[in-house]
Amino acid sequence: MTISLNHPLIKKSQSLIALFLLCLFISLLSDKFMTSANLWNVLRQISVNVCISVGMTLVVLMAGIDLSVGSVLGFTAAVCAGLLKNGLAFESMDLFVGFTVLGAILVSILIGLVLGLFNGWVITKFSIPPFVATLAMLTIARGLTMLYTEGIPISNLGTEFEFIGSGWMLGIPVPVWISIFMVLIVVFLTKKTTFGRYIYAIGGNERAAFLSGININKIKLAVYGIAGMMAAVGGVLVTSRLNSAQPNAGTSYELDSIAAVVIGGTSLSGGIGTVAGTVIGAVIIGVLNNGLVLLDVSPFWQQVVKGFVILLAVIIDKMNQKNK
Amino acid sequence: MLEAINISKEFPGVKALNQVNFKFYPGKVNAILGENGAGKSTLLKILTGVYTQYDGEIQLNGETVSFSNIKEAQNAGIAIIHQELNLIPELSVTENLFLGREIKTSLGLLDSSKMEAEAKRLFEKIQLNVNPKTLVQHLKVGEQQLIEIAKALLCNADVILMDEPTSALSDKEIENLHRIIYELKKEGKTIVYISHKMDELFKIAENYTVLRDGNSIDEGEMKNTTEQELIRKMVGRDVLIEKKNTQNQFENTILKVKNLNLINPNDKKRKLLHDISFELKKGEILGIFGLMGAGRTELLETLFGMHPTNGSYNLEIDQKNTFHKKPKDAIENGLAFVTEDRKTEGLVLGMDISSNISLTYLPTFGLLTPSKDKSSSKDYIEKLRIKTPSEMQLCQNLSGGNQQKVVLAKWLATNPQILMMDEPTRGIDINAKNEIYNLIKELAANQMSILLVSSEIPEILALSDRILVMAEGKIKASYLAAEANEDKLLKSALPE
Repeated sequence: MTISLNHPLIKKSQSLIALFLLCLFISLLSDKFMTSANLWNVLRQISVNVCISVGMTLVVLMAGIDLSVGSVLGFTAAVCAGLLKNGLAFESMDLFVGFTVLGAILVSILIGLVLGLFNGWVITKFSIPPFVATLAMLTIARGLTMLYTEGIPISNLGTEFEFIGSGWMLGIPVPVWISIFMVLIVVFLTKKTTFGRYIYAIGGNERAAFLSGININKIKLAVYGIAGMMAAVGGVLVTSRLNSAQPNAGTSYELDSIAAVVIGGTSLSGGIGTVAGTVIGAVIIGVLNNGLVLLDVSPFWQQVVKGFVILLAVIIDKMNQKNK
Repeated sequence: MLEAINISKEFPGVKALNQVNFKFYPGKVNAILGENGAGKSTLLKILTGVYTQYDGEIQLNGETVSFSNIKEAQNAGIAIIHQELNLIPELSVTENLFLGREIKTSLGLLDSSKMEAEAKRLFEKIQLNVNPKTLVQHLKVGEQQLIEIAKALLCNADVILMDEPTSALSDKEIENLHRIIYELKKEGKTIVYISHKMDELFKIAENYTVLRDGNSIDEGEMKNTTEQELIRKMVGRDVLIEKKNTQNQFENTILKVKNLNLINPNDKKRKLLHDISFELKKGEILGIFGLMGAGRTELLETLFGMHPTNGSYNLEIDQKNTFHKKPKDAIENGLAFVTEDRKTEGLVLGMDISSNISLTYLPTFGLLTPSKDKSSSKDYIEKLRIKTPSEMQLCQNLSGGNQQKVVLAKWLATNPQILMMDEPTRGIDINAKNEIYNLIKELAANQMSILLVSSEIPEILALSDRILVMAEGKIKASYLAAEANEDKLLKSALPE
């Protein structure tokens, strides 16, 4: 029996096959790759990007883009750490509010939501292209982070908080659990809700969606809000793993997340793509990063290689669409 | 002479062309006839270098040619004017015209004045009254079409392929186009003409080729055949358009529009629509006829809440005063709008039939109801006779007529009281057309009220109980079906 490369099943699982080949290749060159310690480490590392990227997937499916996720991550992480460590003090009223771990996390996710909604509001209210609106938020949120932290990391956040990024549950790292949970939420949204259906419709043909009576602005607001929240979740994971909020945390994370979305087969022009694809994309980037480190490739070359992998993924995707 | 010998082209699962032969003669208009899906578009794409892989041979003036891209076909003198226009809205008329073949000064810079002068000369030839500096986005569809023709003339094409060039034109523009075609013919150019409008073909074409399901069925001279015969060859049976016989016994007013005005968004001092008032009764089909630019589409758009700031009107639906700020408001008031352009306004082409149909009735936030959507879309597929393997087929894989039926289905799914249709049969084949006609009549018989905008007089006459004629943003005349005829409608529609 011969198997044609154009077989639909092969096309569908193209990125999975690529991931498999990548793993095979690295494990041939390095015997450290296929150890459980290393693999768990890879999964733990990519859990941050997975959270951000599933939110980004919704944005890109709607033919939008969110460049601010890295900065939003930085700011929400800083606030989370600051609340945990120092609480909230109102000196004029002689009032001090302390935060539990859960409280600090919820507040930081709420801030992520607010920043995302602000993005959505600017985009819908003033018809500003998402690229520009979120580019502005990229510097606004980074600036806020610097103001809040005064450029100094906020560290030593307690073992309870550290558990989220470094702990294990049922033999699996906690951040991996969290990212799986986030993925399931977004998969549910895209597959089972009208909200998800409308995201695809807006990405596919915004005018037709509008004329069908869909409240486009509401959906856009919600999607950018979710992207902000997902960035905040990523922020919590990063901060707790390092047990410290760095002022420059999340810098250029938007690039890795857009890369994951694109490698996962989501079209930047909207309407086509899946959350599952994005997860595979994020894993590919994580494995690639890890492999290049194991193979002792210089960090500068790592960037070059990553860039070419992204290009390759998009080119293959483009050719597939043409063959249709 | 352009000749094809045993051309075959296969797509996965479909044989689009099967051993097709034809000859296109210079100095003549060669018509290609066939239903949608007969293989006409595939043929054009092969002739213009879009599809480079096929079996068989193409000969141009006795020499075998094969083009590996559109540019090569153009250089060989084959130009095409697409049904869907390919102009860049943000560029000027002249910039579009010279795109890719700009005239340059000795310094290698763009020579705008020379290009504009050349554009002007071409426009005079085709009687197009447009400033060469105007941006294409400000032109009407008919004018844009003429720009495409000017483009073909500019590159001195010997063979000009026209794919449904008149489907979006007013009668006056069509007349102008026919005159231009006559001139081109006299210059010895080979015109290949695809149209669904029979009377037009009999007016301008000398030869015909009939395609059906990818096979060449027949070819010959137009003067030796009749409309009925051609239609029979296209579809394999006789199809007749019946004229509407109405008693005009409608009682309950469902829609009452008073003093509808629309300000031109690009020029706030001017109006696109002036003081339009009319009523629509329950179960009535009200035809709205007018030439391009008469404001018919804008009228429907305004009623549908698409011009909330520039439009003003008193609107009563079911004796309740209302105003539509967005399409959703209109839908909630029982309006549905089958838009003119199914590709840009009607469908999300990358989504399946079932999803497209359910777009109009699902809530913003809520769970999907796949089994309900499936059964309702299956109903519509059966009822509207949408040709598709399943309701999960992507709309981009459907033919034009079937896409149009999906648009209809998606609006019927809202259970509207008032169905507004803008050119519901534009660019679809005669069989699908008749099916849609029958459906419209059936809907009206079941007490749905219908606003039907069309630029095809036979269509208006065949369906309407009453006809409004629009020109220059105003209602110029109103006829009962019994008293209307082609002459009267056209006469009222001509701008003063």
